[in-house]
Amino acid sequence: MIIRLRDFISNVFYKLFQQRKSLKLGIYGPPNAGKTTLANRICRDWIGEEMGSVSKIPHETRNVQQKEKIKIKHKRKELTFNLIDTPGIATKIDYEDFLKFRLPQKEAKKRAKEATKGVIEAIKWLDGMDAVLVVVDATLNPYSQVNLTIIGNLAARNIPVLVVANKIDIRKANIKKVESAFPQYEVVGISAEKGHNVEEFYESLFRLVK
Amino acid sequence: MLTLQFLPYSEIEPLSSNSRIRKILNLVRENKIVLMEGRLKPNEETDLIQRTMENLSKDFKGIELCTVYPNVKDKFLKGLLVNILIGDRTGLTVVGPANIVKEIKRDPNKILLLTENVRRKRKK
Repeated sequence: MIIRLRDFISNVFYKLFQQRKSLKLGIYGPPNAGKTTLANRICRDWIGEEMGSVSKIPHETRNVQQKEKIKIKHKRKELTFNLIDTPGIATKIDYEDFLKFRLPQKEAKKRAKEATKGVIEAIKWLDGMDAVLVVVDATLNPYSQVNLTIIGNLAARNIPVLVVANKIDIRKANIKKVESAFPQYEVVGISAEKGHNVEEFYESLFRLVK
Repeated sequence: MLTLQFLPYSEIEPLSSNSRIRKILNLVRENKIVLMEGRLKPNEETDLIQRTMENLSKDFKGIELCTVYPNVKDKFLKGLLVNILIGDRTGLTVVGPANIVKEIKRDPNKILLLTENVRRKRKK
């Protein structure tokens, strides 16, 4: 009886410990900022597989995707987390925008419908995150309301944030502008596609969840 | 013709979050651009986006949303006290229907409203 009780208690503690160890790291941002490209970069680097498909057509990711227990190592430090890639958050979705990418009308309408559900799903997942990477396109104006709304929400929930200024390989990219838009957060510039500055990104990630 | 509807803080202050969002969305769906005194709470902003997505239809393609507020770093304590006493009425929130407002740019203390040429669109 005592042995069973001891096993039960140790089992409960083990599970609690395990759950705390795998934190939930979310990737949020507007459509086409490079969220899935970043998720793929992390997954390729540490588990040798990709997370999802990427496309120039907005709203390619229309469901929340998750990879569990990704273990990363950096300078003798180790971190295990569940990586959650979310659909891009938008305030408007019009199927006609997809027609510009030469999608057939039926497919464009289907994509718009799924994208709508994806935005709702992404917002619902905000509550469960332990830390969030907010991916912004460094070639665009960072003062977009979607960026401000996401960050404002995370701040209100006391969720740690790392702002990832993506696409720094493009000449138009302006990290200084991203930094001045979010002075209270650490901003790291990367090119998730080309792999520029990824080492510094992982260092920032460790600082985010320390 | 564009309709700008001013929404004073006194009109939304007594409302619950749900009612505030409903009021804004109802006005936007009447093709009005809402100029609201003050700001929504962060969770209300995401609720507004969520409710917008739930209400998308052939005629309602979504919203453009923008908030501007003064940099009140120096007056932090004073601002905090005022917010506690009378609510966060600093700043301005602009919400417009996406079929009329193409884009709202915030840069960072001015608002640029880019509207669709509705007449030209209708002719097509």
